[in-house]
Amino acid sequence: MPARTSWIPYALIAPSVIFLAALFLVPLVQTVWLSVSAGDGLSLENYRRMAGDLNFALAVKNTFLLTLVVVPLQVVLALAMATMVTKLDKGRDLVLWVLTIPLGISDLAAGLAWLALLQNTGYLNSALYALGLIQGPVGWLSQETPVALFFAIVLAELWRATAIVLVILIAGLQLIPKEFAEAAEIFGARPWTRFTRITLPLLKPSLQSALILRTVLAFEVFAVVYALGGRNFPVLAGEAYVWQNDNQNYGVAAAYAVLIMAISLAATAVYLRVLRTRPEQLP
Amino acid sequence: MADIVIDRVVKEFGSFRALQEVSLTVNDGEFVALLGPSGCGKTTLLRIIAGLETQTSGRVVIGGQDVSDLAPRKRGLAMVFQNYAVFPHMTVFENVAFGLRMQKASQADVKRKVERAAALLHIESYLDRYPAKLSGGQRQRVAVARALAVEPAVLLMDEPLSNLDALLRLEMRTELKAVLREAGTTTIYVTHDQTEAMGLADRIAVMYGGKIDQIGSPLEIYATPATRFVGGFIGSPPMNFIKVACSGGTARIGEAALPCPMAGKDLELGLRGEDAALSPNGSGIPFDVRVVEPMGSHLLLTGAIDGQLARIVAPPTAKVNAGERVGLNVDPSRVTWIDGSTGRAIARA
Repeated sequence: MPARTSWIPYALIAPSVIFLAALFLVPLVQTVWLSVSAGDGLSLENYRRMAGDLNFALAVKNTFLLTLVVVPLQVVLALAMATMVTKLDKGRDLVLWVLTIPLGISDLAAGLAWLALLQNTGYLNSALYALGLIQGPVGWLSQETPVALFFAIVLAELWRATAIVLVILIAGLQLIPKEFAEAAEIFGARPWTRFTRITLPLLKPSLQSALILRTVLAFEVFAVVYALGGRNFPVLAGEAYVWQNDNQNYGVAAAYAVLIMAISLAATAVYLRVLRTRPEQLP
Repeated sequence: MADIVIDRVVKEFGSFRALQEVSLTVNDGEFVALLGPSGCGKTTLLRIIAGLETQTSGRVVIGGQDVSDLAPRKRGLAMVFQNYAVFPHMTVFENVAFGLRMQKASQADVKRKVERAAALLHIESYLDRYPAKLSGGQRQRVAVARALAVEPAVLLMDEPLSNLDALLRLEMRTELKAVLREAGTTTIYVTHDQTEAMGLADRIAVMYGGKIDQIGSPLEIYATPATRFVGGFIGSPPMNFIKVACSGGTARIGEAALPCPMAGKDLELGLRGEDAALSPNGSGIPFDVRVVEPMGSHLLLTGAIDGQLARIVAPPTAKVNAGERVGLNVDPSRVTWIDGSTGRAIARA
């Protein structure tokens, strides 16, 4: 019996393995290969060109800055929203549905929607003008207003991608039996203590998943930034795009791609280590 | 230490009335069991006392203080949950210490009280382990130790033994009784298991359909049930109810006659299986035996009295065969008369 059935699991999982291998592993190896080949042999020339580029340091700084501001804000917002949503009795599904609408919108479309709001002739300026707060169109997204541009991008990213954290955290909160919070309440814990001493530690596995997912995606941020700021706010993925399409230099573009991957892997490793739940502490 | 007064507490969930004007007084240091089938409202009542649920109307008074509108943490009580609710991310020590930490007790105080509670429940050797490494019975002990560590005035327990296997349940029951007697804590204990309630409680409140049918000592509840429900719910086998006709103060069943109260038309004779004795000569109430089950400590006879189902307990050595008709002698002082139209017992003369 075991001999006859042993190949079945492998056969069943083969299509997805082959699919992933063909469309993920192969391009991955190709990209790495592309990034380290220049002229006739192996070289780090592409990385040297990448690092020597004017925009490189700025792109690294911007990408990290954006990630460091957006991801923690998203987690805090999502935690607050998830806690409130799980407390609702009526209309919970409707509220959750509304909150997750941005998930259904592509990031470029989201960027364009925010561009429509924030550009010189956008809705924000029209509203401010109608209220008499400004005399004429104000540029929020130009090179001269880097702070406003940064906050516009942060705002758009918060709007666009907080919901994925929310969904993961709500699923996680629902896995925590309500008796834990009740027991804590009986034994004298105030709401904030219950949250920090009971809910947060028990939510750690979900927080870990949400953080890994959001951080990896934040390092790849591109479409929203491109729509709102173009190259006024260089980011790593945007630079990869420019080198690939405008400069037609696939090698440097590949170097950027490998760098983004390395950063994402490092971040994931950090999360796996810092937020690990020891097996004996699982419910 | 504190007494608990539950004053006309009503709880409605939408249009469903889970509790209908329940009143109950628990004396200082007393152990009261709320006993009833699932859905009778016993857990809801306990959660209202704890403050985890808000009553629709009525008051809860603990130690003379109206706590109806107070948060659970301000009520000075501890609770043991059905599934223990032992925090998985804390060691046993931190679990037991949780309430003390919330009270901002000093480190030395925490250590002393945790160690005392741990010793009481025999969990000293697992204090540095995590709950996932413990068995159900050990987690149960942690939950009880956590509750006792804060030296609560009132201890609430919600079916604390129902997740344990039968043998462990018996062992924990005995131990719990000893521990709680020593602590002298006022305790309300919710259970659907009559043997638990009988074994542990000073008094039992039998709940049914959102109200308390009867409050009394285990023996009172057993011997003189106030309603047909209580008689049928308590005791194994349950009390037998035989419809009889009563005329002139005497009920006749076959040859036998029993003095009966003159009340109502639908009179039922409530008879405990062990309150009937096999008569040596076949006289008395005729009983048609259909099934004989030797249970070791006794014989369980299932059959019919006057065509109505009855279960009788006979000595293990009695010679009774299925299909036989035997006679039962019944002590009139030990029977309960039920008014069939209301389901309530008729007051004894």
